[in-house]
Amino acid sequence: MIFTLNAATVDVDAHPMKRLLDVLREECGLTGTKEGCGEGECGACTVLIDDAAVCACLVPFAQVRDARVTTIEGLGGDHPLQRAFAEEGGAQCGICTPGMIMAALPLGEKPSLRKVREGLAGNLCRCTGYEAIYRAVRKA
Amino acid sequence: MKGVIAGLEMREPSSLDEALSAMRNDPSLVPLAGCTDLYVALNFGTLESTRFLNLWSIDELRVIEKSNDALSIGALTTYKSIIQSKLVRKRLPMLISAAREIGGAQIHNRGTLGGNIANGSPAGDTLPVLAAADATVVMRSADAERRVPLTQFYTGYRKSVLRADELIVAVEIPSFSGKQWFRKVGTRAAQAISKVVMAAVRSPRPRIALGSVAPTVIRLPMTEGALEEGAPIQEAQRILMDEISPIDDMRSTEEYRRRVASNLLGRFWAETE
Repeated sequence: MIFTLNAATVDVDAHPMKRLLDVLREECGLTGTKEGCGEGECGACTVLIDDAAVCACLVPFAQVRDARVTTIEGLGGDHPLQRAFAEEGGAQCGICTPGMIMAALPLGEKPSLRKVREGLAGNLCRCTGYEAIYRAVRKA
Repeated sequence: MKGVIAGLEMREPSSLDEALSAMRNDPSLVPLAGCTDLYVALNFGTLESTRFLNLWSIDELRVIEKSNDALSIGALTTYKSIIQSKLVRKRLPMLISAAREIGGAQIHNRGTLGGNIANGSPAGDTLPVLAAADATVVMRSADAERRVPLTQFYTGYRKSVLRADELIVAVEIPSFSGKQWFRKVGTRAAQAISKVVMAAVRSPRPRIALGSVAPTVIRLPMTEGALEEGAPIQEAQRILMDEISPIDDMRSTEEYRRRVASNLLGRFWAETE
């Protein structure tokens, strides 16, 4: 099945009901997307489909046919959001971080605190208490 | 993940007609939309069905429009599209309030109105809104279309009149006046499943609907009638207690739900004066 993954056209063979999360990690070798709860509550597996944040654990692979999927690897490592998370201490254990950054991406540059709180409401972090994460997203 | 996908099958119709004829030929097909409920069951290994129909690409079910004087919302409309719709904001702002609180951005982007109805949870957050708005569920099979008021759609806990060969295609909300009110009470602001959820309209005969206090979403005709006749709110709150049948479960207790449902009625009445 053909779709766009991190700006490249790819053709991946997987079961149409396989979770996008598992296709990304197993077929595509992109393990930056993490599994947390597996029920859409924690946001650790957040990726973008056509620029909209989704939980990759709740998306059947068939539903990304012809779509654009962006994962944390697509940001390249030196994205302003990634730098801001490092500088502000927005990452501690790191499991929620890729999902946090992907959920923050559609918020644009220097979003308001209200927008950040709303935009990240579907992402849980058990380390930071969120303040450092909010600082990082507001700065980037 | 506890579920096993190896034995599962997915059909991928490219139009509504194709979907409906697939369902006529194989009533065991379970429709898939945004998967925000169904894939939770798959992850838990509690999904019983093995054959699925992927509706996601059927854009003709994503239309929000005025049809005659009613507001018509396609079944595949996501919460995100509802939140962004000027027409919904003008006609049914309490649906936007419900959509905003239904989950985080990730759920808004995938979860659909038709899915919330089909899932049929008594805690479904859009259901009290649709009940209070006198919404009609539009269902279609390969042979015919039919309309059932949302208040008659459910026949019991997660049971409805929807047949195995039918799809929910839209919801129609007739035009009405009166101040709209919505309140969800859960463990926290985002992502939580409701302990009690109320939608109401302050019209000469008030319309009041509650979720999570009975096996299905319910309207409160006796409470509505008492308020229409000018009964004091304390009297209406006593009547409400007789109209609901909440239970103890993992999310809350019967006693808490009774107290909160009564308080919500008081709050609705005070805030819409």
